[in-house]
Amino acid sequence: MIAPPEVPRLRMTDIRKRFGMVTALRGVSLEVGPGEVHALIGENGAGKSTMMKILSGALRPDEGSIQIDGQGYQPANPQEGRESGIAMVYQELTLAPDLTVSENIVLGSEPHRFGWIQSVQQKERAVHALTQLKHLNLPLDEKVRNLSVAQQQIVEIARALLSNPKVLVLDEPTSSLTRVDTEALFTVINRIKQTGVSIVYISHFLEECRQVASRFTVLRDGSSVGSGSFESTSQEQIIEMMVGRSIAQLYPRLAHELGEERLIVKNLKGISKPSDVNFSIRTGEIVGVAGLVGSGRTETLRVLFGLDKYQGGVVTYNGKNMIPLKPRRWLKQGVGMLSENRKEEGLLLNRSLTENLTLTKLGPLTKCGFISPAREQTRSRELLQKMNVKFSSSTQPVQDLSGGNQQKVAIGRLIHHEADLFLLDEPTRGIDVGSKSEIYLLIQELAAAGKSVLFISSYLPELLGVCDRIAVMNRGKLIALKPASEWTEHSIMTTAIGAESDSLS
Amino acid sequence: MTLIGPFLGLIGLFLFFAIDSENGGFFRDPSNLRIIIIQTVIVALGALGMTMIIVSGGIDLSVGSVISLSGVTAAVILNTAVASGIGASTSAWLAVGAGLGVGCLVGGINGSLITTLRIPAFIVTLGMLGIARGTSKWLAGNQAVAVEKSWIGSLLSQSQLYFHFPIGVWITIVLAVLTSVLMKYTIFGRYMYAVGSNESTARLCGINVGLNRIMIYSLAGTLFGLTGIMQLARLRTGDPTVAVGLELDIIAAVIIGGASLSGGKGGILGSIIGALIMSVLRVGSTQRDWPNYIQEIIIGIVIILAVTVDHFRSRKDKS
Repeated sequence: MIAPPEVPRLRMTDIRKRFGMVTALRGVSLEVGPGEVHALIGENGAGKSTMMKILSGALRPDEGSIQIDGQGYQPANPQEGRESGIAMVYQELTLAPDLTVSENIVLGSEPHRFGWIQSVQQKERAVHALTQLKHLNLPLDEKVRNLSVAQQQIVEIARALLSNPKVLVLDEPTSSLTRVDTEALFTVINRIKQTGVSIVYISHFLEECRQVASRFTVLRDGSSVGSGSFESTSQEQIIEMMVGRSIAQLYPRLAHELGEERLIVKNLKGISKPSDVNFSIRTGEIVGVAGLVGSGRTETLRVLFGLDKYQGGVVTYNGKNMIPLKPRRWLKQGVGMLSENRKEEGLLLNRSLTENLTLTKLGPLTKCGFISPAREQTRSRELLQKMNVKFSSSTQPVQDLSGGNQQKVAIGRLIHHEADLFLLDEPTRGIDVGSKSEIYLLIQELAAAGKSVLFISSYLPELLGVCDRIAVMNRGKLIALKPASEWTEHSIMTTAIGAESDSLS
Repeated sequence: MTLIGPFLGLIGLFLFFAIDSENGGFFRDPSNLRIIIIQTVIVALGALGMTMIIVSGGIDLSVGSVISLSGVTAAVILNTAVASGIGASTSAWLAVGAGLGVGCLVGGINGSLITTLRIPAFIVTLGMLGIARGTSKWLAGNQAVAVEKSWIGSLLSQSQLYFHFPIGVWITIVLAVLTSVLMKYTIFGRYMYAVGSNESTARLCGINVGLNRIMIYSLAGTLFGLTGIMQLARLRTGDPTVAVGLELDIIAAVIIGGASLSGGKGGILGSIIGALIMSVLRVGSTQRDWPNYIQEIIIGIVIILAVTVDHFRSRKDKS
């Protein structure tokens, strides 16, 4: 909308940075005007976080210059960065869960007299910060642990605003928010923008960037490859800049034939969620599940797979009764599950790629009862190649890989298991566009080969793009299961919100 | 690989004692090296079991007490059997069986309590430390049990050697190889690492975490039982007050050998190197007439140093 004025708020020029042999940034430039929301877009590993670390003062560039309001800026450490007006809100929230809202907001800059905290002033400051965000309904004396993720994020932003920043950096702020909370966050961002603070908005979600930001800069492989206004640039053009090749179709479609019903779930109940879930999946079918966070999608999957407690219902797979539900019984039948949380549940982070890939099915890799390293390595390389994982050695710990590659290993385990039914919980969360499109293609290939996929996602465009049928969950119930063609993003949202729309604040 | 650090540490420590002008000649004498190896047996055998437990994300503080309980049980059974007219050799077999059995039982109880009550291993085995020690004293009538002569005494004897070492050393070496193979090349071993690295992932992948844990603690307990037999062989009495605090030496050996207390990392070879480091330190400083407290301080420093170096290296690997 607004062209950058002569003297931008922030100007980073030709920033270069090497770590040993690896070049992280090979000439990146960024210009942000006053009161502008600027989207910084790029795949994982493109250099976004290195660049933001340089801006915050945590790293020093090898070459290049940074100016704030036309004045040179060379922070020696993050403290100096803050003092010069740079505030960061990171993807992983950095709040102290057992301190209260107001304690967290002033954390590190507590008003004090002779070391005694002045609680009245502390609250005043917290109230002042929240007023700026028009978010005074947050309970100041509540422990942060008891707040929702969205509320915690507001606290984090309020804390960042306390230092009166000139530039506020938001790193993937919506990655764990629901659609409704995301909208609320955008309202907050608009308020901050109106106070003249510039915002650098880092996100994978292009639609969101387009909604909240006016201009963008795309990074690829450590270089800034494009910059412009969202108004004059199409989505396809931006994606092309991000991945360096044109993704003709982000959501490829392969013909697949639907067969008979493979999994039938009737009246499935868990302890609090799900309360009543009915659905079925046919061979060669991709069924999507949408719903707000807390609607019971993940809980349904966990109860179904036997990870959470089952309270009732009938589950049959290929006509066979699957009660009692147990991961081992499902795996034996050729049903595998991908956890939404690959760090805490999905992967053995400090073990090798190979061990992570083969864990559920070691039998065929043994010789006389002993695991044969040769067979295991052959199989592992085959899978890594098939999944197009970027790795240096199949014996390296999986935690050394990027998010997208970790996810490919987690899915590769199901491929190794030769599963017929894939239960995928948020398979594309927090990974780059390139990996996403590979996963979409893989899902299509699986369906084309007669496998079935249950695909839980918070990202509606991918559900609409990938699935044959989509179900929506609301308050522990699965309330609608219709062909994808009968859904729109809007109708899914209204169904998902249901009677909950009043909590939109 | 990751074992280079501990290995260089062992070599360095050995050279430090061996090139000393005054005592070095004695220290590097073959018969002294044999003493060091024999001294290592008890910590090394314990470390075999402890490695499996720590790799699977657990801990066992009751080892010292289990060693004493196993030794006393074996002593009592041996004496009872001989007194009832059974030959010394057969009685010794019965005694060894009882010692191993009691270790396996205590390990099984530890594993079951951790699994069924969902109490941390630290707490359960801390409780077992007291229970096993008390039972041991009760069984022994609160005094050392002198044992009848049998082949058990020859297990660690320096006068009955096979290829330069007593049979106990060879048993330890064979068991170390077997345990290492078990951990590296069997599905059970793979599950140990999986459960220790991330219990939730193990569940997701259909591994019966509880059953595996009980099996790990039972198997480790059996090895602790055997450690108790070796202790009995060395002292020739079933002493209920023996091996107090030995669990800490054993845990230290495993940690020095590269295992992580948060689980999923470690191996037998490293733990054996750790055990050797401990006994080189002990024998070396004793022969230099360093008082006991100096040894304790040095071992404390070595533990912190080893873990610091390891942390430093893994952090460097990451960035």
